[in-house]
Amino acid sequence: MLANANRLTPYLFLLPAVAVMVVALLYPIGYMIWASFLDWNPSQRIGEADFVGLRNYFNLLGDAAFHESLWVTVKFAVLVVGIEMVLGVGLALLLDRELRGMTLLRTVFILPMMIAPIVVGLIWRYMYHPTVGTFNRILDSLGLPTAPWLSDGDWAFASVVIADIWQWTPFIFILSLAALQSLPKSAMEAARIDGATGWQLIWHIKIPLMMPVLIVTCLLRLIDAFKVLEVVLVLTNGGPGLSTEILALRISRTASEFRELGYAAAMSNVLLILLLILTLAMFLYTKITEARAARVRAAIEEG
Amino acid sequence: MPRQNPAFYALLAALIVMALGPIVLMLGNSLKMNVDITSPTSSLLFMPTLRNYETALCDFLWYEPEHIRRCDKTFGRALVNSLTISIISTGITLILGCMAAYALVRFRFMGRGVTSLGTLMVRMVPPAVLLVPVFGIWTFQFGIDGTIGGIILIYVAMNLPFVIWILQSFIVQVPIQLEEAARMDGAGPFRTFFLVVLPLIKPGLAAAAIFTFRVAWNEFLLANALADRATRTVPVTIVNSLTEYDIDWGLIMATGTLLAIPPILFTLVASRQIITGMTAGAVKG
Repeated sequence: MLANANRLTPYLFLLPAVAVMVVALLYPIGYMIWASFLDWNPSQRIGEADFVGLRNYFNLLGDAAFHESLWVTVKFAVLVVGIEMVLGVGLALLLDRELRGMTLLRTVFILPMMIAPIVVGLIWRYMYHPTVGTFNRILDSLGLPTAPWLSDGDWAFASVVIADIWQWTPFIFILSLAALQSLPKSAMEAARIDGATGWQLIWHIKIPLMMPVLIVTCLLRLIDAFKVLEVVLVLTNGGPGLSTEILALRISRTASEFRELGYAAAMSNVLLILLLILTLAMFLYTKITEARAARVRAAIEEG
Repeated sequence: MPRQNPAFYALLAALIVMALGPIVLMLGNSLKMNVDITSPTSSLLFMPTLRNYETALCDFLWYEPEHIRRCDKTFGRALVNSLTISIISTGITLILGCMAAYALVRFRFMGRGVTSLGTLMVRMVPPAVLLVPVFGIWTFQFGIDGTIGGIILIYVAMNLPFVIWILQSFIVQVPIQLEEAARMDGAGPFRTFFLVVLPLIKPGLAAAAIFTFRVAWNEFLLANALADRATRTVPVTIVNSLTEYDIDWGLIMATGTLLAIPPILFTLVASRQIITGMTAGAVKG
């Protein structure tokens, strides 16, 4: 800490950023919580909207389409994160060795995450296209029947999942690889001298030591998976039926197509609470691991 | 370097092809005429053409391509809007963000804990949640819907929490003795910050700038709700041209490629900084 700085200095440094966040983030969130108690359509000022108490929330309880999209969102998030964790960590364990071309792989692997989700959706929509698309052309040229990639409910859901796996598995791969390479060499050496096999090394040493990073990575990905919107919007726009209508998409449609802003705000609140729980879980988890590490350090110093 | 099983190299090559394939496919199709894209006999051999790019960028060309009857300026305008919005919002976010991060790292003051926790919490707010209130406030209270400034404001706000938090981890590493020495020589806190601290956290600033630019450049939902005809950004025009029945694949792949070029360039130039930023994110929670 710097001594003899003016008491006001930190506030001067903070003020501009805090002002922007209060005006353009906190205020809108408060506004949304208020709006969720209103019957409000986009042509009204918020003051003209009727206060309806908890009616929007009661309606959500009985709204089959909302239940469906909540279920689709949870199913999507759990499925993609599960598959991506297995693939990403697996690949990291497999490729954690000195290979030429690893730098190239890591660079290339960032690309799907960096380009716009809109563009990712665009590319995959082309590849899934029933007649000119890459996949059906390949199936066709092999003499196999073509697949209804985006036109059948279950297929469309699987197609969206595949596109997300392509885009985000690299994220988990890169983070697990970084975690693996920062593991203490001594533990590995000791295990090897004791005659541990490759599998034992992975299950009893590497995975447990990587666990803190893996859990945080998993939670980060879950938060992101709940936020996904653009790829699905471009690929299927929620269809066919409601098979791929994730919550974020439902909110945006309720607001812009059905013009029920109060109802959309109530849905946004549900999504926000889900994300808040995940964020708090991540926050608590890092605090606990930090405390535990501090205790271990203290014990070592005493002993 | 020890010799490795060739199977690992095969796996490595397969992964590179899988990651790059779809992107190369887009690039390839953007260089094709629509006849070539839709013809049943595909497709590795074709005459590359820049026609799709000429159509998209027609108002920037110094010559008049023969195949364009009437120049549609929608995309060119959107490209200018996207560049303006992304660059200005990145600049503002970085300046405000690094000042706030500095305050949180180097000073103890009332409200530090609350600010720090609050920043962490608002990081997870998705654009879909902001859609309704931001549309309402920007339209009815601030009267800045449809303006470039309105879009910049929400992008700065959305990016600040992440930038503040990632820059904290870089500022912590600056040796405090340097700042104390500057203070001894009579520099005030602002001069110390701008002349001593900022130059030392350039890698962090680069990573933060790339992430901020990427969010502003790629964002669709809020831009779609806030922009009017004159202030539309590139993602909005791409989605608009997709909803029509007869999709002009060649043209849309060209616009998609143009939208993807800046992030791809950043990745090729600064992949190391991007990876550092990403890893700092997960490891530090």
